[in-house]
Amino acid sequence: MSMDLDDCLALPGFFSVNGSKSTEDCNDVNEDSCPCIKNILLLDSEGNRVAVKYYSDEWPTNSAKEAFEKALFSKTQKTNARTEAEIAMFENHIIVYKFVQDLHFFVTGAEGENELILVIVLQGFFDAVGLLLRGNVDKKEALENLDLILLCLDEIVDGGVILETDANAIAGKVASHSVDAAAPLSEQTISQALATAREHLARSLLK
Amino acid sequence: MAQPLVKKDDDRDDEADYSPFLGIEKGAVLQEARVFNDPQLDPRRCSQVITKLLYLLNQGETFTKVEATEVFFAVTKLFQSKDIGLRRMVYVMIKELSPSADEVIIVTSSLMKDMTSKTDMYRANAIRVLCRITDGTLLTQIERYLKQAIVDKNPVVASAALVSGIHLLQTNPEIVKRWSNEVQEAVQSRAALVQFHALALLHQIRQNDRLAVNKLVSSLTKGSVRSPLAQCLLIRYTSQVIRESANTQAGDRPFYDFLEGCLRHKAEMVIFEAARAITELNGVTTRELTPAITVLQLFLSSSKPVLRFAAVRTLNKVAMTHPMAVTNCNIDMESLISDQNRSIATLAITTLLKTGNESSVDRLMKQITNFMSDIADEFKIVVVEAIRSLCLKFPLKHRSLMNFLSNILREEGGFDYKKAIVDSIVILIRDIPEAKETGLLHLCEFIEDCEFTYLSTQILHFLGIEGPKTSDPSKYIRYIYNRVHLENATVRAAAVSTLAKFGAMVDTLKPRIFVLLRRCLFDNDDEVRDRATLYLNTLGGDGAVVQTGEDVKEFLFGSLDIPLVNLENSLKNYEPSEESFDIYSVPREVKTQPLAEKKAPGKKPTGLGAPPAGPPSTVDAYEKLLFSIPEFANFGKLFKSSAPVELTEAETEYAVNVVKHIFDGHVVFQYNCTNTIPEQLLENVTVIVDASEAEEFAEVASKPLKSLPYDSPGQTFVAFEKPEGTPAIGKFSNMLRFIVKEVDPSTGEAEDDGVEDEYQLEELEVVAADYILKVGVSNFRNAWENMGADCERIDEYGLGPRESLAEAVNAVIDLLGMQPCEGTEVVPNNSRSHTCLLSGVYIGNVKVLVRLQFGLDGPKDVAMKLAVRSEDESVSDAIHEIVASG
Repeated sequence: MSMDLDDCLALPGFFSVNGSKSTEDCNDVNEDSCPCIKNILLLDSEGNRVAVKYYSDEWPTNSAKEAFEKALFSKTQKTNARTEAEIAMFENHIIVYKFVQDLHFFVTGAEGENELILVIVLQGFFDAVGLLLRGNVDKKEALENLDLILLCLDEIVDGGVILETDANAIAGKVASHSVDAAAPLSEQTISQALATAREHLARSLLK
Repeated sequence: MAQPLVKKDDDRDDEADYSPFLGIEKGAVLQEARVFNDPQLDPRRCSQVITKLLYLLNQGETFTKVEATEVFFAVTKLFQSKDIGLRRMVYVMIKELSPSADEVIIVTSSLMKDMTSKTDMYRANAIRVLCRITDGTLLTQIERYLKQAIVDKNPVVASAALVSGIHLLQTNPEIVKRWSNEVQEAVQSRAALVQFHALALLHQIRQNDRLAVNKLVSSLTKGSVRSPLAQCLLIRYTSQVIRESANTQAGDRPFYDFLEGCLRHKAEMVIFEAARAITELNGVTTRELTPAITVLQLFLSSSKPVLRFAAVRTLNKVAMTHPMAVTNCNIDMESLISDQNRSIATLAITTLLKTGNESSVDRLMKQITNFMSDIADEFKIVVVEAIRSLCLKFPLKHRSLMNFLSNILREEGGFDYKKAIVDSIVILIRDIPEAKETGLLHLCEFIEDCEFTYLSTQILHFLGIEGPKTSDPSKYIRYIYNRVHLENATVRAAAVSTLAKFGAMVDTLKPRIFVLLRRCLFDNDDEVRDRATLYLNTLGGDGAVVQTGEDVKEFLFGSLDIPLVNLENSLKNYEPSEESFDIYSVPREVKTQPLAEKKAPGKKPTGLGAPPAGPPSTVDAYEKLLFSIPEFANFGKLFKSSAPVELTEAETEYAVNVVKHIFDGHVVFQYNCTNTIPEQLLENVTVIVDASEAEEFAEVASKPLKSLPYDSPGQTFVAFEKPEGTPAIGKFSNMLRFIVKEVDPSTGEAEDDGVEDEYQLEELEVVAADYILKVGVSNFRNAWENMGADCERIDEYGLGPRESLAEAVNAVIDLLGMQPCEGTEVVPNNSRSHTCLLSGVYIGNVKVLVRLQFGLDGPKDVAMKLAVRSEDESVSDAIHEIVASG
């Protein structure tokens, strides 16, 4: 490694031959041309990270990222984003967010972005996590299944470009790789299994 | 994973105990990573360790170079495992590590194997990883596979390749451009997201080829694009095509029907994208806007906050240019004032403030009052600014609006918010004479209980200037003197100065002011005592009442006519000695352009469409600058300074712009020059002006600029004499002449010898509009009637074919250079006639009011009736002459 890893993360793709600054970030995506996601955040009820992914180098350091998360969290904390996704303008970004239990989901886009595109990304992430955690969506479950959450993030957006927004498709791609995809049903409680089954049924009916 | 379910505990401490990452430590995890090297891999355990590593990175932990390299090499071993889940984690890990070029080689073969695997998931992910970490040389090796992948039957694989293409296009455009056949095929894909990704990539490949984009849009708008996301892209590209072809065709806008059709799409995302695109069309007409406004109006009452927000934000933007089009939504908008989401509520309020008419102001203010108490300061500032511009638009409503401002001034709030309110009141006092007395009293009440020293001193200063000119200055004295009792030293000193100003201006108050000032002589602060003593002496408070002399007024009211920066530098250079500091030795030339300073972008409190701030008063700065130059000192009062006119193209060697200063009998051109070549020093810079096309002008003086170093702007002036009081016009050609000296960039030293050189500048014109000041009136009808019809001149003009009515109105406003009143410069769409009211002050300080009535005569021909009233017939005639000759 020719440079510190943190620097590498801050300048993703800096190895590209012609020295162009970034291949990972959505900075390379022309905003007029393609919707771009700047970050996806999953925070807990105190504003701490559960899992976050940044696609824009507007926040070059970890402290800049943390400052953004803290400020965003305190701004949105008191709002009721439990039934419908909420939205806020913050530091010239559009942020859509939704809360469940002690988890706060955020998706950030550019100021001029179509809000409804951001919200389908948020909904995709939110629902996919719900499916993967089998309806038990809280911080503890999320941390215990962090691998699933991280894979989920990886399947939703690639370098700022929306990859998939359908929760079933996202969860399907992640779960088929899950180490314990075939986790025996016996390990779930009866009520949980019922809840999952109900949910799947509801979804298939709604389709 | 799959651990026995534990009942969720509400106690946070307890809950933290169950975190699988509690007490996690980098060193220990790196140790654990050794399991990657085991000959017998345990996929599940390896997966867990990778999760831990990713957790650390996600929490902001960093690995040193050595650590990262070790982890990377260990992770590459995991390609031996056939476990799908583990492989998936390995992909994510490699992306997170961003390996260096020589490390990439190690995984290349493994990834290439996966790229050609039969498992779709392997193919898709390997493509994404490889494209992320690869460089150009490797790309040519895998290009064949990528082209295949783009048209792969599996949509996930195709999408992976297309998205990678979008990223690679930035670094290796020539390679990605070779894929356009495959990408084009993918645009026809049945899979929604493949279509979306393919369209995005195809557009990016072709975006610099207008014809190709045009063709792409034409063919796709006819066919059916399945994916809503792709449809949104298509709408964006269509608007680009419309924007670029805007001026080529008259009549119906190409592709408008497509956009309008998208308003009936089943996906809200597409409907909104289309509605927004329509509102952003250049010169959109009311007919075009209507369907878009209708769908946005429906969104306003949606149960989803995001939809309401999107709609109100778009309508807010529309309200800036087409306030009339949005008025239909006002009822829905008013119900949004109580929206839970304060961003939505604020946007609704500011939209209403823009679209509201005079009659709805009172009702609106009542609603806003309830709303103000429960929003954050940043939103309040936006509202205050919107109210200020509303008040300037409807000066008759100043009473209720001023009341509102004073009410909110009394409530709790931070400094920025209070400052915004005070600034607004000051602007209203300045622009609406009727509002002055109430406004000043509101400010007086505010300083009775103001916790911000800065605001108190600013208000006291303002009171000192405006207060003595009111009908009953004595009523302010109590408020001011109270400050001397109750405040800190800074405010007390300011209050003493303000008292002195009242004493100087109002002779009847003078004896009483002396009593108050004498009391201040016992203050425990030096500055307060000093000021009191000084003012008592200058005002003659020790003896009989004397007439206040001009020089005393100048002393009290005149501001320091030396740039503060220069004074600061001179003081720094001054060495304490027998010789006292001579203030006249301070250079008076302003180093930087005053305008550039004033225009420094103010920090916007939020992105919510803040209205433009009040006009900057640069005239004062210019006046000061000109009077500091002896040659121009006897030109009299500065009538008007124009905005800077650029005389050079952007990014040339020397950047020059000119400001035209109009005096009664003179014109001074101020050339602001910037030298953009680091290796040059210019000396003796002058502008040689050829006035052969400006017969009435005669050059009287020129002030060269001694030296113009790199990147530090300087000014040179040329003055002309012209017939007094008349609007002489003419064309001037300009040549920059100077001595250029080479500068050694390393030392910054200039050579001794210079070469004379010249540089051609663009022409400059003095036009009729330069002789009219933009001065608004608060109530046009009153002013018009008061002026009377004695000197009225009415005539009709044909303006010939015009692009639109609005364009004709703007052209006349620009020609006359007058201030549009009561928002009449905005022409509602599709109207066939329009009345525009203008006011201004003509050179010689003659008030002029103009009523312009425009009508469409035939399809494009515009006819105009011009009615001018002024205090002087010849001025009314002169205005007609300007229009007739323009």
